[in-house]
Amino acid sequence: MILDNVKDGKIVVLESGLTPEEQAKLIELTMLEIDHEKFVGIEVETYPIREKSIFEKIFGKKKGRLMVIGPANRLKTIEKREDFIRAIVEI
Amino acid sequence: MGLMLNLRKKLRFILRLFLRKDKVRIGIYGPPNAGKTTLANRILRDWTGDIMGIPSEIPHETRRARLREGVKIQVDKKTLTIDILDTPGLATKIDFHDFLKYGLSEEEAKRRAKEATEGVIEAIKWLDDLDGILLVMDATEDPYTQVNVTIVGNIEARKLPLLIVANKIDLPNASPARIRAAFPQHQVVPVSALKGINIDSLYRAIAEKFG
Repeated sequence: MILDNVKDGKIVVLESGLTPEEQAKLIELTMLEIDHEKFVGIEVETYPIREKSIFEKIFGKKKGRLMVIGPANRLKTIEKREDFIRAIVEI
Repeated sequence: MGLMLNLRKKLRFILRLFLRKDKVRIGIYGPPNAGKTTLANRILRDWTGDIMGIPSEIPHETRRARLREGVKIQVDKKTLTIDILDTPGLATKIDFHDFLKYGLSEEEAKRRAKEATEGVIEAIKWLDDLDGILLVMDATEDPYTQVNVTIVGNIEARKLPLLIVANKIDLPNASPARIRAAFPQHQVVPVSALKGINIDSLYRAIAEKFG
């Protein structure tokens, strides 16, 4: 669903992000969808997952962080740090 | 399906804790042009006299994973036998136009782009069959890229041992410190795979981390 929207030119904002495994799956699916004409891939903006708290370690709850996914030709990362992302979005 | 995968990962992690293997399979990962093949060549040249492949300035030169089995590394009179997997560079986008500026024809560029997408998928799939990862980053570039964050996250989720190789320290604007600051939870070994600078420290780290 994320990729369908991105392929339509939309920028998808996920409040709680994706897990690393889901991100890897998204990259795999993206590679399958690249047609070398209209769709050349995605740009993903996210913050790294913070160190888990003891509660999260015990109960295995993952806390994702904000993630923005868009088509590579419309979204471009300028700068990324632990708690700071600067990007250009072509509207 | 997901449950089976999780069980398999947990089982592999437990086995790694209790069994010290005589032979470990190590994958060399990283974004395109970080120097993965150059590092694989350096390791093979030092310990077997052979090479893995020909590196290139054109991104995505390695488009199929290449495995070399049974490489013996000796550190402090101890021998570690490793299988080395050189993987295609991971990326979230592959645009054939990027290859045109290197003088490739449109047909060649499109073919390279298609093969590169297949290579990325292959590299991700290999993550499930490895005992450890050497993650190669170009020390002259900003390490905080989505590809690096995704790879580190996946390696941590799989509980695989990880060494980050800060490559290209022979270049004047290289900054391994920037990589250490970005990923403070992991060991970073600065090297120049091309010139062989600090490569003995890497072999020592490999023996300690994966042996």
